[in-house]
Amino acid sequence: MLLQEAAGAAHPLAGTIAEWIWLVPVLPLLGFVVNGLLSLLPATHLGPADPSAAGHDAHDAHAVHDHGGHDHHHVVRHQYARIVSLVGPAVLGVAFLLTAGIFLALAGAHAEEPFVRTLFPWLVTGGLHVDAALQVDQLSMAMTMVVTGVGFLIHVFSVGYMQDDPGYPRYFAYLNLFVFFMLVLVLGASYPVMFVGWEGVGLCSYLLIGYWYSEKANADAGKKAFVMNRIGDFGFLVAMFLLFANLGTLDFAGVAGSVSELSEGGAVITAIGLFFFLGCAGKSAQIPLYTWLPDAMAGPTPVSALIHAATMVTAGVYLVARSSFLFSLAPVASLTVALVGAVTALFAATIGLKQWDIKKVLAYSTVSQLGYMFIGVGVGAYAAGVFHLVTHAFFKALLFLGSGSVIFAMHRALHHTGSHADAQDMRNMGGLQKYMPWTFGLMWIATLAIAGIPPLSGFFSKDEILASVFARTSHSTLAEATWLGIPGSALLMLIYVLGLAAALLTAIYMTRMMLYTFHGPNRSGEEERKHLAEAPWVMTAPLVVLGVLSAVGGALNFPAFFGSIGQKFHHWLEPVTGAASLNITHGEEAHLALGTELMLIGIAVAIAVAGIIYAMVRLKPQALVPAAQSPESHGIERVLEHKYYVDEAYDRAIVKPVVGISRRVLWRGMDAGLIDGLLVNGSGFLMRGFGWVGARLQSGQVGTYAWVLVIGVLAVLGAFSLS
Amino acid sequence: MIPEALALSAVLFTIGTIGVLTRRNAIVIFMCVELMLNAVNLSFVALSRLYGTTGQVFVVFVMTVAAAEAAVGLAIIIAIFRHGQSVNLKNINLLKG
Repeated sequence: MLLQEAAGAAHPLAGTIAEWIWLVPVLPLLGFVVNGLLSLLPATHLGPADPSAAGHDAHDAHAVHDHGGHDHHHVVRHQYARIVSLVGPAVLGVAFLLTAGIFLALAGAHAEEPFVRTLFPWLVTGGLHVDAALQVDQLSMAMTMVVTGVGFLIHVFSVGYMQDDPGYPRYFAYLNLFVFFMLVLVLGASYPVMFVGWEGVGLCSYLLIGYWYSEKANADAGKKAFVMNRIGDFGFLVAMFLLFANLGTLDFAGVAGSVSELSEGGAVITAIGLFFFLGCAGKSAQIPLYTWLPDAMAGPTPVSALIHAATMVTAGVYLVARSSFLFSLAPVASLTVALVGAVTALFAATIGLKQWDIKKVLAYSTVSQLGYMFIGVGVGAYAAGVFHLVTHAFFKALLFLGSGSVIFAMHRALHHTGSHADAQDMRNMGGLQKYMPWTFGLMWIATLAIAGIPPLSGFFSKDEILASVFARTSHSTLAEATWLGIPGSALLMLIYVLGLAAALLTAIYMTRMMLYTFHGPNRSGEEERKHLAEAPWVMTAPLVVLGVLSAVGGALNFPAFFGSIGQKFHHWLEPVTGAASLNITHGEEAHLALGTELMLIGIAVAIAVAGIIYAMVRLKPQALVPAAQSPESHGIERVLEHKYYVDEAYDRAIVKPVVGISRRVLWRGMDAGLIDGLLVNGSGFLMRGFGWVGARLQSGQVGTYAWVLVIGVLAVLGAFSLS
Repeated sequence: MIPEALALSAVLFTIGTIGVLTRRNAIVIFMCVELMLNAVNLSFVALSRLYGTTGQVFVVFVMTVAAAEAAVGLAIIIAIFRHGQSVNLKNINLLKG
């Protein structure tokens, strides 16, 4: 403890702006308090709204079904909506500026060691000492920049999207609270502090998925997300217990310093890694715990963009990168991470091919891209994984906000005619490029970025991951390890191929989404068509910023052969993950020959282009009909449309048996039978029985009493005389 | 002398006890109780020859208590008779649970 403080005092960041790091999470917390208090005040009717203004509650699909026919001439806008519109995004804006200042200070300081700002002792008991401390290092600041920066843009977008919702202050209160917990997660200097953020974002995710809780489907989706995350959190907790039991410390610096006490590749460290990864699989929606994320689309679209694409779901990737010192010593756990990531990437991409709901396509795309990130951090290319996390935050947030714009426009158009059609179904869209040129152009940038077309950001980050996998198929601890009897090098090759296949499918399903949404004829209906228009500027402006970032974000980390401007992000993260990366590649940088690297890039680009061209040629938006008239699909298409029936399988294999056991054994058997029946009622019945017998003994006959008395006296006397 | 007195006392006490256990008439039972008390008195007196006069003091006490008891007990029996026109204990079971 004293040592740490002494080290802190000597740290180059001590006494600089970095001392104010605590203010970064506290600002959104203040926003939560203000908006939360305002949300307790009732909303007021403002009277008839101008139909041409953006005056419609932007409910997503489920809400549209039920509220579509209701009277929409009155807009319920919260009386404090203006204050909320100001406070909600402003706290994030200030937090972003402060973060940028600290980021620059960190960049100038060339700090090799993390700067830990201890706020107060938190858990001090026995051998456990955990401070409420925040950590400023290259990784946490990169994450904080993304969370506050992208978060700010999404908050601004939300002002346009949610303004006319009656629960507007509540929405921003939740959103601010989410950002607070997310910042605690990425800034925490120890696993327990991180866990507080980890649980907090799960709570906010639950609250925001079920934001329109009056619809049962939305409330159920929130519950599903919460429960599946609990399964993952169990893994996180067990991993922490194992760490504490074996190393006696839980802060990152302490664990990193003493982790070498554990035998490399041994059972303990492998178990810790696998349990941590269980937590990641829950939070970051990997097989087998991914099914909650597509359902989470029941929340408002900006929530999907912020929580279920850009930030919270990447927490698992952050955890692996943060624990790189652990995973690099556990090749089996690392290979598991990469393999699960690769399988998830391909699996989710195939489902994305046949979804009709625009947000569901993006949700499966997110699951798939998260799989990609896990490939990166799994093979020990921590910088590549986190780099993809950052670029993905840009283009996926853009795609989600763009889809939010589309849904907003569709919903507004459908509102005017009182149509009950689904505002999120791509079969009801088509030809929107004419009506929404900005959204159209920006979403194409994001689509090309996620497909991996140079020189957009996604190309560089994906290529970096695939190249890293390829580079580690030889001369790395992973390649030399065996995973369930399979040699690591073969497994890495498989992961590489799975990654390529997922990249191909990504290009296809994203192009499909764009074709069906923006190209071809419009299928929304004669009347509705007249009301289709671009969303207001408060929503389009954040899209433009994200569009620029998606386009040029690749500059953060050009490939190594770019010379001095290449690998910038890689070098930036070196103080945090560099040693762990080197550990996996036997102490030397994993370098590919220039020819090999160019060949890999060629393959990746060819696959992306092939996917886009295939989709362009094969898919005919002209042939689509609105959702209501669409025929049932058959064969493999039907299986994909129903997501491989995984939800149904889980329902049969897990939910139904658990409910059945709960009902028959735990409720009827244990609770009603054993506890209520045997123990509670049984003891009462037993006492009543004793009472009944006792009462029967009282015959009222004095003679009987006298007999009993005499026999008793004789017995006592007899006992005395015998003894 | 003392053994004979004690033997008589034991016989009287046993007769009293059997009377209490077997008879049904409240007044007879009452007389049997008096018989038991006096059997005890007899043994007190007999044993006072051996252990001093304390036993005789006790006899006076017992007789006093027995007199009081006789007064209260007979009063109760009369009350019971007035209540049920009988002093047969078979017919009286007010203490039945």
